Amino acid sequence: MAQMTMIQAITDALRIELKNDENVLVFGEDVGQNGGVFRATEGLQDQFGEDRVFDTPLAESGIGGLAFGLAMQGFRPVPEIQFFGFVYEAMDAISGQIARIRYRSGGTQNAPITIRSPFGGGVHTPELHADSLEGLMAQQPGLKVVIPSTPYDAKGLLLASIRDNDPVVFLEHMKLYRSFRAEVPEEEYTIELGKADVKREGSDVTLVAYGAMVHSCLKAAEELEKDGIQAEVIDLRTVMPIDFETVLKSVEKTNRVVVVQEAQRQAGMASHIIAEIQEKAILHLEAPVLRVAAPDTVYAFTQAEEVWLPNYNDIIERVNQVINF
Amino acid sequence: MKRTLENIEDQFETFQILNEDGKIINEDAMPDLSDDELKELMHRMVYTRILDQRSIALNRQGRLGFYAPTAGQEASQLGTQYALEKEDFILPAYRDVPQIIWHGLPLYQAFLFSRGHYHGNQFPEGVNALSPQIIIGAQYVQTAGVALGMKKRGQKSVAITYTGDGGTSQGDFYEGMNFAGAYKAPAIFVVQNNHFAISVPVEKQTAAKTLAQKAVAAGIEGIQVDGMDVLAVYAATKDARERAVNGEGPTLIETLTYRYGPHTMAGDDPTRYRTEDLDSEWEKKDPLVRFRKFLENKGLWSEDEENKVIDKAKDEIKAAIKKADEYPKQKVTDLMENMYEELPAHLQEQMEEYKAKESK
Ligand SMILES: Cc1ncc(C[n+]2csc(CCOP(=O)(O)OP(=O)(O)O)c2C)c(N)n1
Ligand SMILES: [Mg+2]
Repeated sequence: MAQMTMIQAITDALRIELKNDENVLVFGEDVGQNGGVFRATEGLQDQFGEDRVFDTPLAESGIGGLAFGLAMQGFRPVPEIQFFGFVYEAMDAISGQIARIRYRSGGTQNAPITIRSPFGGGVHTPELHADSLEGLMAQQPGLKVVIPSTPYDAKGLLLASIRDNDPVVFLEHMKLYRSFRAEVPEEEYTIELGKADVKREGSDVTLVAYGAMVHSCLKAAEELEKDGIQAEVIDLRTVMPIDFETVLKSVEKTNRVVVVQEAQRQAGMASHIIAEIQEKAILHLEAPVLRVAAPDTVYAFTQAEEVWLPNYNDIIERVNQVINF
Repeated sequence: MKRTLENIEDQFETFQILNEDGKIINEDAMPDLSDDELKELMHRMVYTRILDQRSIALNRQGRLGFYAPTAGQEASQLGTQYALEKEDFILPAYRDVPQIIWHGLPLYQAFLFSRGHYHGNQFPEGVNALSPQIIIGAQYVQTAGVALGMKKRGQKSVAITYTGDGGTSQGDFYEGMNFAGAYKAPAIFVVQNNHFAISVPVEKQTAAKTLAQKAVAAGIEGIQVDGMDVLAVYAATKDARERAVNGEGPTLIETLTYRYGPHTMAGDDPTRYRTEDLDSEWEKKDPLVRFRKFLENKGLWSEDEENKVIDKAKDEIKAAIKKADEYPKQKVTDLMENMYEELPAHLQEQMEEYKAKESK
């Protein structure tokens, strides 16, 4: 086992799959010689050549269309969108085309594309770099949306995503890239898409989260433990499709739930998760399911970022509300 | 079958007036500028170079936020802006802060923009510009709209926009030129070709020999200019402006230039993709060096004069950063207030919640 940051685990997964499967192609803006602006593709062009790992002209719609076309030629493209705020430029390519080709062709064609992209707040990026847009992607039938929270998960989920025969949007929270190291096996392994992970067991309340918010939940859980509250933390890992089996099992045990997302409150993943919980488990609930989310404004880039982003105190506050309901 | 590509590409020569030694090589094209105006141009370039140096230093001290260095591109940036009138409208990209400063944006607001403070984008009345665009290419299509609006209102003004060599790959780049061309709208599209889009060299961006030739397919005028020659840049822009306001349609101006510094101050390392040889090759073409030589030969510029500009710039920058520091910090509730004309009920509720948080 090696100690890796999340970015190293991602590079490792890319290297493994480039080696395993000659149809895997890695491309995007600055991913070649520069190794990507976050160095996720560091060294890959040197190792696999420009045929397999290459820079594209600067156009996200072009990157999306190129990925689609290469998929029609039997390749397994792994394009990068430099920052996920730029995905608006590629919306038709992704939601209008890539997500629909299986349906459109009656199952005779498919797009095994993994679109990787950094996102997420707390690292002082300019406008349209940090936005949490997973909800937008999750609303598009045909796409899978994966968001790892640890180096171990990142590697296994990325390998599973690349091998998946449907398109996957793989979102990498920038704050997690280098914030900590963890044990990651050097050999290859996959983590099944659509399977949540219980990151901490507890009996009093269920915290449902993904991405960087998993760590805020874990921190909140530690604090809550001091007050004798045992929080269970579920890391969804895949936000489309969602592993409701794991979520509902936990709800039946704890009877209290708080759903946490970094995205704005309006029309987000949390709303969807809560709707499903109340449809399927309302009789198990001792309190309304509450949300922790960012306020309904555009991302507060640079200034006011720390206040805008949900944090563990917000989570503790909501937990106390559902406990004391 | 007649092949045309080669013939078209070969027609795009680099327009130059002042060579690297500060000599006029194209007397006929020399723009009609008085001695004072020539000095003013130099003043602005020196000032902007100092502003760049100070901005980089301030960024390193953590006192500025997002910053994209400008040194090397002064002639391209200021030569185009100097050809404008007050009523012309600028749609800049993230590196084009100097143009809007010289178009009237107070310096302290440029600093607030860098810090992500909305007041940096609250332009004073009469500063006809948008705040710098982060999304590459977006401003190009918008320019067609601003220019068409000017035409519909019968104004004798132009909309001018900027992108880089990388930006020419975006669909928006073509759409903007094509729309403006179709409406014969008074637009000027500037491409500052500094030869790199972050790490990607322009040769990987396109198969085209020049970026200026991209105008051809849109049916508009295109010109490639030595972007280190402030007189050529000025003359080309002046000409484009004149044709635009006379109803002759838009122009694409490609300026050949170079950014000396990193892409932005957020961790870019140019040594990963550029050689020192290339850097020094371009530094020899420096826009300030050659224009200074030209003015000195005419007896219009001296070290003394230059030092005065440097001191003035430093003083004004110091005062502006102080003013930016004193400006109230941006709050989440400020963002809420600027989402809609009228605060919807759900935001009203959140407003109360965050007011309480912020007063803690
Ligand atoms: C739509 C979009 N895609 C990608 C980026 C990230 N990005 C910022 S600057 C840049 C390179 C731009 O190069 P160029 O157009 O040549 O302008 P320069 O920075 O050299 O002035 C990239 C890829 C962005 N801001 N917007
Ligand atoms: Mg460039």
